[in-house]
Amino acid sequence: MPTDDASPESPPAAPSWTESPADEAAPAPLNRRDFLRSTGAFAVLMGAQTLLPTWAHASGSAPAGGLTALGPTRRAGRRVEYDITIDRTPFEVAGKRATAITMNGTVPGPLIRLQEGEEVVLRYHNALDEETSIHWHGLLLPNRFDGVPQVNYPGVPPGETFEAGPFEVRQYGTYWYHSHSGLQEQLGHYGPLVIDPAEGTPFEYDREHVVVLSDWAHDDPYQILANLKKGEHYYNFQQQTVGEFWSDVSEEGFWDTLKNRLGWDRMRMSATDLSAVRAPTYTYLLNGQAPGANWTGLFTPGERVRLRVINASAASIFDVRVPGLEMDVVQVSGQNVEPVATDEFRIGTAERYDVIVEPTDDRAYTVFAESLDRSGYARGTLAPREGMDGPVPELRERPTLTMAAMGMGGMGEGDMEDMKQGGMDGMSERDHGDMDHGDRSGDMSGSMGGGDGDGLRPPGTLPEPVMHDPDETHGPAEAGLPMMTQSRLHEPGIGLGDDGWRVLTYDQLKAADEKDAFRAPDREIELHLTGNMERFMWGLNGVEFSDADPIRVEHDERVRLTMVNDTMMNHPMHLHGQFMELENGHGERAPLLDTITVKPAERVSLLIDGHEKGPWFFHCHILYHMDAGMARVFYVEPAPESDNEFYYDQVT
Amino acid sequence: MIRFVQYSVGLLLVATLWVGGTPHSAQAQTMDDTPRAFLLFHKLEYVPGPAERPVELEATSWIGGDINRLWLRGEGEASTIRREGDVEAEALYGRLVSPFFDAVAGARVDRRWGDGGDTRGFLAVGLQGLAPYQFEVEPTLYVSHEGDVSAQFAASYHVLFTQRLKLESELETKVALQEVPEWGVGTGVNDLGLGVRLRYEFHRKVAPYVGYDHSWAFGETADFAGGDASSGAFVFGVRLWR
Repeated sequence: MPTDDASPESPPAAPSWTESPADEAAPAPLNRRDFLRSTGAFAVLMGAQTLLPTWAHASGSAPAGGLTALGPTRRAGRRVEYDITIDRTPFEVAGKRATAITMNGTVPGPLIRLQEGEEVVLRYHNALDEETSIHWHGLLLPNRFDGVPQVNYPGVPPGETFEAGPFEVRQYGTYWYHSHSGLQEQLGHYGPLVIDPAEGTPFEYDREHVVVLSDWAHDDPYQILANLKKGEHYYNFQQQTVGEFWSDVSEEGFWDTLKNRLGWDRMRMSATDLSAVRAPTYTYLLNGQAPGANWTGLFTPGERVRLRVINASAASIFDVRVPGLEMDVVQVSGQNVEPVATDEFRIGTAERYDVIVEPTDDRAYTVFAESLDRSGYARGTLAPREGMDGPVPELRERPTLTMAAMGMGGMGEGDMEDMKQGGMDGMSERDHGDMDHGDRSGDMSGSMGGGDGDGLRPPGTLPEPVMHDPDETHGPAEAGLPMMTQSRLHEPGIGLGDDGWRVLTYDQLKAADEKDAFRAPDREIELHLTGNMERFMWGLNGVEFSDADPIRVEHDERVRLTMVNDTMMNHPMHLHGQFMELENGHGERAPLLDTITVKPAERVSLLIDGHEKGPWFFHCHILYHMDAGMARVFYVEPAPESDNEFYYDQVT
Repeated sequence: MIRFVQYSVGLLLVATLWVGGTPHSAQAQTMDDTPRAFLLFHKLEYVPGPAERPVELEATSWIGGDINRLWLRGEGEASTIRREGDVEAEALYGRLVSPFFDAVAGARVDRRWGDGGDTRGFLAVGLQGLAPYQFEVEPTLYVSHEGDVSAQFAASYHVLFTQRLKLESELETKVALQEVPEWGVGTGVNDLGLGVRLRYEFHRKVAPYVGYDHSWAFGETADFAGGDASSGAFVFGVRLWR
């Protein structure tokens, strides 16, 4: 029965492999997983999915439902094959019935567990009455398997099957997979994917739980997008009101409050523009469970428990903590980092953070994932036994954007002179870049050329602050340019950092693995994240995806991708098919990321080696921003003599 | 009244046909060039005070993308007592020329029925958008088919008492260069209207309201009107959109 797979211990407790050589350690967990996988496959054969529909899991009556493990269809030597069926299935969220797009009948889809070094075939069958696709988020694989319709392949029509693979698994870590067709992701089309390392982990733990965070809307997502496009702050029920004005007056005084409000009104911006969609439209889920259903992960006091936290939401950013427990952050974007002890971390859409907690008391702890806008939360429990509840914290107060989001103020007093200085330097540097080198790609008005990398700052260092040239606008697609953009990797982000506990910041992350090489970039590409909230227009450099040419990078060219967020919202930017090295001041310890949440008025740079050939999708992972146009094709050109052919070249 | 209903139904039908065509495609990688359609019944109200006891309608609709749109703007009123009323309908091409403003150009038709029914046409150019400090403004210049030049300015502002209880205030004024007695238009500033509407958004798209409108007519325009130069009335209605 699927309920066996859905036991709180799935995925099976992982041993600590640090001590033992990989080739000895690997077989033991594999055997146990194989057993679980085959029971899963058996359940599918028995048609158990129809006997026990998904909403039975989500109702809260099933003990700690949530994730099921996917068993391999075939295993032969190093090669392993998996099958996934995409269909519509009844789904119940917080007592209300709906229909979800499911994979093998569940939301989230089943946990796929791969082994680094093995050869896999991921086969998916479309049982929907519309086209679908699966993108393997964060995986290094041949371009044609990446799963973005119109970019990598034509998509999978109803009734047809696609085989992603065979390909060799070249990495370890926590990843996920989801639809890249229309707005299917919002309807449940996502699932976790974990790759066990070939060489063990540099940290120890006794047990692990996969924690998939997501958002569910009972509304039709196409209608949600239409409502966002038509405006009126449709999903924002957290706007500033007359009542809030007077309560702010009593705290901050009349003139300061009035000045603040007039400042925002003058710019025609909303200080509460935090998320596109929020609760109560959204119910936030943890492993497919609404807060009331209380997903529970078991532990034995004293164990080190690894939580693989995946933000599989369509459009939500979460702040995650386990009150009462310190968290050791050990992996980000699936890649090992030097452990950082913290109390809370922000996880942007599509990001993954692996943390280790060590509950010593015989009591229940709450895993609390609050949405950035504080409109709601996803919640689960870590407990020594089933049926326990930890104390659930109160939602914090909805933050408001400050002028820092517009690149004004927000820096400490007295930094003003430094800032001006830095800003001027940054500007003259950029002018220099623009003057000397041509623009290689059609739509990148703000990009710097420079084949030889002359004049680029050393790799791994932070970008200088830059005053925004007021004449360099992006037309009607950009409302409200920030005055100044600068590195914000040391900032926890809006609404965080004032609670008296530690919050993880990007500048704390150092890659644990050595890099083969760490050289200076050959070229810098500057991309501005732009938007006009009044029309829900989102783009890059003021251009929407359907009007844009690809960003082109030569094979083996090393580029510095500088993203400048000209908007007031956070954008989790994701590049398919390869890692990016985040230049956060730690030199060659730059952590590897596939997704980075770029803060308002932030300037952030990442290094990319053009090793993975082909057209890769690059986009904001907030589904509605992506669909409104905040996306590009990032085309790594094949070597001149190669005979690579890509689907994208046939359709464009 | 019957004509008014006919015009309203006509507008609704056209708009529904447009809106009904909203594609639900899972095929394109993004939907940033998907045309969309919007229809707002900004006012749909009954005015019990005046002798004609009119129902009034004000609607805005657009179809198009982010930058280029076809705008339909219309307003009208019809008496519930007598067979009389009037409608102004505009069809305008609009282009987003700055983040917050569309430039619009097109045609307007005025039609009235009852005693002295008549029709006239205009060319129209104007702007519409959100001015600093969150004022919605809509200045438009008109030239009638007989060469008469006039201009109209409308502005509105929202105050949120709660997330659902909102007060909308608006101002509207007209100026004309030539007098057009048959349409009651004098030279100079014709009139000024101020209104407030307090609505409750049970749903973002369905918000009943109560309000009060006051208008003043000036100079020749007041003379043509023949009666009080100033009048006010309570209104009861519902704001709808899709």
